[in-house]
Formats: sequence, structure tokens, C-alpha cells
Amino acid sequence: MADTPLLSVRDLSMRFGGLLAVDRVSMDVAPREVVSIIGPNGAGKTTVFNCISGFYRPTDGEVLFENKPMHRLPGFKIARAGMVRTFQNVRLFKEMTVVENLLVAQHMQAERNLLKGLLLTRGFRRREAELLDRAAHWLERVGLIEFANREAGNLAYGQQRRLEIARCMVTQPKLLMLDEPAAGLNPNETHDLDRLIVQLKEEEGITVLLIEHDMSLVMGISDRIYVVNQGKPLADGTPEEVRRNPEVIKAYLGEE
Amino acid sequence: MEASLYFLQQVINGLTIGSTYALIAIGYTMVYGIIGMINFAHGEIYMISTYVVFIVIAGLSMLGIDSTAFLIVAALLVAIVVASAHAFAVERVAYRPVRGSKRLIALISAIGMSIFLQNYILLAQGSRDKAIPSLLPGGWQFGGDGFAVNLSYMQVIIFVVTLVSMTVLALFISRSRLGRACRACSQDRGMANLLGINTDLVISMTFVIGAALAAVAGLLLGMYYGVVNPYIGFLAGLKAFTAAVLGGIGSIPGAVLGGLILGVAEALTGAYLSTEYNDVVSFGLLILILLFRPWGILGKPEVEKI
Amino acid sequence: MKGKLLPAFFAAGLTLLLGASVLGVQLQSQGIDTVVMVHGPLTWLGLFAAAVVVFAYQLIKGRVQRVREKARQGSRFRLPAFLENPAQRRLMIALAIGALLLFPFLAERSAIDIATLTLIYVMLGLGLNVVVGLAGLLDLGYVGFYAVGAYTYALLNSYFGFSFWEALPIAGGMTALFGYLLGFPVLRLRGDYLAIVTLGFGEIIRILLNNLTEITGGPNGIARIPEPSLFNLQFARRADEGYTSFHEFFGIAYDPTHKVMYLYILSLLFALAVAYIIYRLMRMPIGRAWEALREDDIACRSLGLNPTAVKLSAFTIGASFAGIAGSIFAARQGFISPLSFTFIESAIVLAIVVLGGMGSQLGVILAAIAMTLLPEIAREFNEYRMLLFGLIMVLMMVWRPQGLLPLKRPQMELKRG
Repeated sequence: MADTPLLSVRDLSMRFGGLLAVDRVSMDVAPREVVSIIGPNGAGKTTVFNCISGFYRPTDGEVLFENKPMHRLPGFKIARAGMVRTFQNVRLFKEMTVVENLLVAQHMQAERNLLKGLLLTRGFRRREAELLDRAAHWLERVGLIEFANREAGNLAYGQQRRLEIARCMVTQPKLLMLDEPAAGLNPNETHDLDRLIVQLKEEEGITVLLIEHDMSLVMGISDRIYVVNQGKPLADGTPEEVRRNPEVIKAYLGEE
Repeated sequence: MEASLYFLQQVINGLTIGSTYALIAIGYTMVYGIIGMINFAHGEIYMISTYVVFIVIAGLSMLGIDSTAFLIVAALLVAIVVASAHAFAVERVAYRPVRGSKRLIALISAIGMSIFLQNYILLAQGSRDKAIPSLLPGGWQFGGDGFAVNLSYMQVIIFVVTLVSMTVLALFISRSRLGRACRACSQDRGMANLLGINTDLVISMTFVIGAALAAVAGLLLGMYYGVVNPYIGFLAGLKAFTAAVLGGIGSIPGAVLGGLILGVAEALTGAYLSTEYNDVVSFGLLILILLFRPWGILGKPEVEKI
Repeated sequence: MKGKLLPAFFAAGLTLLLGASVLGVQLQSQGIDTVVMVHGPLTWLGLFAAAVVVFAYQLIKGRVQRVREKARQGSRFRLPAFLENPAQRRLMIALAIGALLLFPFLAERSAIDIATLTLIYVMLGLGLNVVVGLAGLLDLGYVGFYAVGAYTYALLNSYFGFSFWEALPIAGGMTALFGYLLGFPVLRLRGDYLAIVTLGFGEIIRILLNNLTEITGGPNGIARIPEPSLFNLQFARRADEGYTSFHEFFGIAYDPTHKVMYLYILSLLFALAVAYIIYRLMRMPIGRAWEALREDDIACRSLGLNPTAVKLSAFTIGASFAGIAGSIFAARQGFISPLSFTFIESAIVLAIVVLGGMGSQLGVILAAIAMTLLPEIAREFNEYRMLLFGLIMVLMMVWRPQGLLPLKRPQMELKRG
């Protein structure tokens, strides 16, 4: 593990009324690592995600991103800091076209000066062209370039998942957070997804934090794995270590 | 002494108006609890029932019936039936067809229905104030020499009727089959539907119950003020909505609490500041509560589903 | 068929009950008494007829719905072919603008005056369309901004002698500020709360204008608001000290119609400017962000968009358009009072947006024209105007929520691959 983690979660807890959904979870993610959080359904994985990405304000604990505290910031500020996520049930702008989904995602890079836009200055046009270029680049990467001008809602499910990842990537994030990216995909699509994640890591130098329900899937691509059960951290280590951990086998695999 | 008696008088007046706000507010809160939308037309239902009360009282008086008790009971029953029928029809025509759509669509439909009803009554009944003589004049007076606190019979009737209506409602919701179905629907409509509860019927009944309480408010406020015009629904609706939000929308005890607080706040503003600012104060209160505690006094904050 | 009979009877009975209770009888004042008048047989015949119609409709409802379902699938509004081509479209727009500019020289004075009012509503409709149609925020207090704009000009003029052109930017800025200050706290609320709060805001503005008698003149309003000047030329019969009057400058006879024509052209230019600005906004990053936010605000937040800021921009821009329209309104009327700024105005503008199609500029412009001209053409319609507006809102939402002329926001296309 690298000495300075990109993301560091310390004793994160989240309470809903009387329910302690997340109970003192800690984790570190080093740059260019692929780290997975696994655990049975309802283990609190997505809640951990929602806390890290700022959609929930954690009851306790802290989240440090590049050593800066994130746990009190609203979600959009966390995204601007370079942590961008996908959602378990894909959240695309369904009535907008594929390419426009990617343009919206680049809002923070766009020329937002109203006057320049109203007057259609050269600078404005150049910036818009750049956004289109980056969108095209990523559509090519995820193999959706031919659907660029289609409505996003009309894509097949697997394509929608890829588009959601591309939409994250155009924001040029440092940490990509994927919430069950393989849910609902067929084995072929899952295989493509695995390859895409590995490519992102190796070619783009991106760090990935992902949640998976299905353990076998993450074994191949993860550098390290955190296991969560009933909101509590259960184990962590390399895929090999986790696979052998009797606690994990009992709580997680034994259940199935 | 004088000052505190004056204050007491304002509190009594405020609680009187406040309890009728509470009756109307329950209609908002119940509908919101079940389908998560604001029934903008609810204030108009209250206005319509006030008209019905006036029509029944004036009509029966013309026929030579002068038993106060009979007039009141007859007016109440007819008003409940007519108000419920209107609310039922409104839900069918304007809300049910847009139930699955985006929230904005349902909202505009509700606003449109409210505007429609107000102008429909305006055209059918004229825009002028219509008055009926007080059926229950008089009251008790007590207090010192400088200022006497006045508690009218009508005010007592308002407290008693409100209390009885609330009790009946509470019993209905906690004991009856339909009440249980209501509670189930407000927790999880999809699940209730799967379990064989006729959710359409429950939603209709929610509108009907809300309208019946609005009709009670129509009777009470109609007799209290003695005047009706087509515009009273707009403000009353807004006030009652404020009461519902104040107490915590979706919560029935909250609606009652909110109504009482709002009524007293208004009466005090009217007494110590100026009656012209009554409405400003209630809107101000609404905005403040939405800013700092949008889930109200007795409500619970919503957790966003992601 | 049998299963339908019971609901049909029920619906017919309900219709009769609703009709009888409100339309069948009427409260009337006779001296100090209030009496109930039962309407004549004609009314009751009408009510029975209505009940029969409802009964029949309930029986064939299923079939009607199937037909409508089919009609809906085939229909997606498209611009006529000749407007699809950009060059031809530009030509058409140029021709239309030319005709509108020529109009005051051919029409009567009263017609020009009504056209000016129509243009004010076009501006209001376009402005509210930014808020409701593009950003998806239901603003029921839009009239409040309109009032702020009108009173800003009127007050600046009557207290400090500001001219229209000096006051206009201040009015625009002032309403934008109001929009910002109101929007900042309330835009994080859910849609239905926003609707109520804005409704309350509109009412508060009106109540304040009504009650701050020392400043605003209260219900008496503010009179003698001057019309705008053309550079230094005034349109009055006699110009103020230091100014020249329009007719003297050009050496023509004084004609009060000049003023009306000038106001019309002014309004037209402002309406065109507003339309163009919105046309551009829809094609800018902010326009994309509005649509995205309307679709999924959680996804927006996850991508770094600040929802409150995005909504606020729509709210502020929409408000400033209302402010400008308000100033022009004050200049046209010469007199304003709180009566011009009731909730009804908000409702009219909302009905315009809803009828035209939320987000569709052309639709909103046509709807504004229809809604303001109709009461002028058919006087007897005026009485039923609000009833109809309410009905339109409900029926449009139930049958055609996308409006009569729905147009999608133009989307950027990727021109390769």
C-alpha cells in the first residue's frame, strides 16, 4: 500500500433513527488502486458510498480525500474535488441524448459566463467544441460513439451502464466510485466491464472504489477488498486473503 | 390586569380560528401523507361547503323552520355530503389521471382545479358577500372593570365540535378497517396494493374525509363570521396549509398543533400590530418553518432515497 | 356492459348532486335577508342533460381511451417542413418581425395598444417559461416580480424623477435581486413547497404595496407615470423643460397615437430581445443544466452541479424579465395600483406557459397572443376567462402535459462517428 492514501475513511458511522446502518467503518484507498467493498445484501455498502460521496451526512467519523476533510461537504462539492460516482440503478438523463449526458457532466469545465454565451464569442465556441471532443473521445472508449445522438433512455441496459461510467470519466475525476456496476449485466457484458475498469486504471491512472454484491466478480480486478457485514467491518486484505478468511466464508459465502 | 385580560381575549380568539384551521389542515396533511401531493383545491372545498351551509340555513329558514339545532345539523349533514362529492370528483378528474406523472404536472393540475372551482362558484353564486344572521348570539363575559373577556357561545361550539371531530377521526383511523388501510397506504402504497388493499378507494376516501372536515370548518366559520364569498377558500386554504406544514406535513396531531399556533399568532398580530399584517405574518411563519425545519414541529425529516 | 352500469349511474348521480348544489340554487341578498332562489326548469333540464352525458360517457369510456391512446402514439409535433431548413426559417422569422414592425403604421390606435399589452404578456410568458418550462420550478408568485418592476419605475420616477430609461436597468436589477434573495433560501425546498412559498411571496408583495400607503399610495396606486422618451424626444403635447417634443422635432402635427406606436415598437423590441436571450440560453451550458436538473437532481449533484445555483439562475433570469415587463407595463398604463398584481395575473401567465407547451418558445408566444386577444375579441368571454384558464390547466395536464406546441430543447449533435 502506498504511504499517502488518496481516500481515507475513519470510523465512519451512520444512524437512521434507531438503526445503526454503518458502524465504524474505516478504509484506505491508495492512488491507482482498485478497491472493492463487498458484503451481503443490506450490509450497508451503499450507505457507506452515500456517506463518502456526500449524499448522506455521516453521524460520526471522517472522510479524508487527499488529506482534506470531505464529510461535511455537500455532494456536489465532493464531486468537484474529484470523487465521482455511479448509482446502483443507473441515473442517466434519459430524455437527453447520449452526448448531451456527457456535456452536462462537463458543466464545471464549460464556459458558464452568460454574456460570452449570449454573444456567442469565439472563446465560448472553442470551449463548447472542446467539451464535444472530450465527449466523443469517451464515447469511443466505451464503444457508444454510434449512439451519440440517441436518447439515453433508449439504450440497452448494458450500454446505459457504460454511458454512466463515461459520464463520470469526462469530469476527469481522481477517484471513480462504482455502485454495483455489474448488477443486471449478462456474463459477456460483465467481462467487458472488468476489462474497462482495468483499462481505466492502467491507461488513465484512475483509482477505483467499487461496491459489489457478487464476490467472484471482484476477485479478478481488485487490489484489495473490504468486507462489510451488518454495517460493521468484517475483514480486509488482498482477494486471496479475503477468500481464505473463515469469518468471511461464514458470514458471506455461508449465507448462500 | 387589563393588559393580561386583553391578551387572554386574543388567545381565545386565536384558538377559535386556529381550531378551524386545524380542521382544514387535516385535509391537506392526510392527502399529502398518502399521495405526497398538495391538494391545492382543498381551500375551495371549504369555500363550497360554506356556501352549502348558507344555502341550507337560508332555505330552511324560508320554509319556516326556526329550530337552531335542526338548522345546524341539517346544514352540517348536507355540507358534508356535497363537499365530499366535490372532493371525490376533483380527485377523479384532476388528480387520478396525473398520479403517475412528474410532480410538476400534478401541481399545475391542482392549481388549475383550484382556480376553476373558485371561478365556477363566482359565476354560479355571484361575487358579492352573502350574509346570514347569527344563529347563536351572545356569550359569557368575565373579568375586570376596564376590560371584560368575551367568550361567545359560538366560540364554545367551535371548540367542542372541533374536539369531537378530531376524536372521531382519531378513532376512525386507529380502529376501523379503512383507517388501517389508510395508514398502510401512507407508509407504502405499492406494498399496500400488493397486499390487496384497494388503494384507489383509500385515496378517494382520504379526499372524502378531508372534505368532510373542511365542511365542518365551513359550518363553524360560516356561522362565526356570518359571511361568505367565493374568495374565502384561497386564504383559508393557504393558512391551513401553513398550519399543516408548521405541525409537520403528514402528521395529523401536527396539523392540529400547527393550526392552533397559527391562529394564536395571527390573533396576536392583529391585536398588537395591525390586522392588515395577519396574512404577512402567516406567510412569514410558513417561509421560516420551511427554511429552518421543513419537516415541521412533529414531523420527521425525510431521508432521500438514492 | 353490466359491470359498467353501476359506476355510470353513480357518476351520473354525482354529476346531478354537484350541479344541483351549486348551479341549481343561488343565494341572493334581499334587503337585509339572504334568500335561496331555485333556478328555473331550464337550468334543471341542463343539469339532467349533463348527467345523461356523463352516464353515456362512462359506458363508452374504455373505447374513447383506446382511440386516444392510438392518436397519442402517432402524434409528435414537428415544425412544418419549411421551418426545418435554417435559411428558410431565418427568412420566415425576418418576415414575421418585419410585419410586426409595420403593424402600428397600418392599425388603429386601440389595436396597437392591445398589441402592446399582448407583447407584455409574451414577455411574461417567456420569462416564466424559463422558470417553469426549462428549469421545472413552479413559481406561483411571478406577478410579485412583475409588480416590483412596475413599482420600481413608478417610485423612482415620482420620488427622484428618474426617466424610463434610467429606471429600466434598475428595475431589471432590482427584480433580479428580489428573485435571488427569495430564491436563495427556498430553492432547496421540494417543488410543491416552492409553489406555495412563491405564492405567499406574491401575496406579501401585493399586501405590502397596499398597506405601505405613505410610500406607494396604497390602494390608490401611483398615477402620472410618464411614457418613455425616444432619446431626448418626449411624446407629450408639450415637452418638459430642457426636452423637445417628438412632433415639434419632426415638424409634424401632435398626434397621441405616436406615443402608442412608440410604446408598441419598444415592447416589440424588448420581447424580441427576451426571446433571443432565451433562445441562446437554451443552447448554452446553463440550458443543458436546467434540463438535466429537471430530470434527475441526484445525478446532477453527483457530477458537481450545484442544484441551488442552477435553479437560482433560472429564477433570477425569469424574475428580471418580469421586472422589465413590469416597467413597460407601468409606462403603458401611466397608472399602477396593487389591483394589477393579483394572483390572477400569475395564473394567467402560468396558463399561457402551460397551453403553449412548457419549454416551447413558439408555443408560449402563440398562447400569449391567444390568451390576451380572445377576451378582446369576445367580450362576453371575459367573464369566463379565469374559469377557462383553470380548466385549461387541468385538461392540459391530463391530456397533453407537453402543451399544444411541444418542442424539445435543441440538442447539441455530434457530427461524426
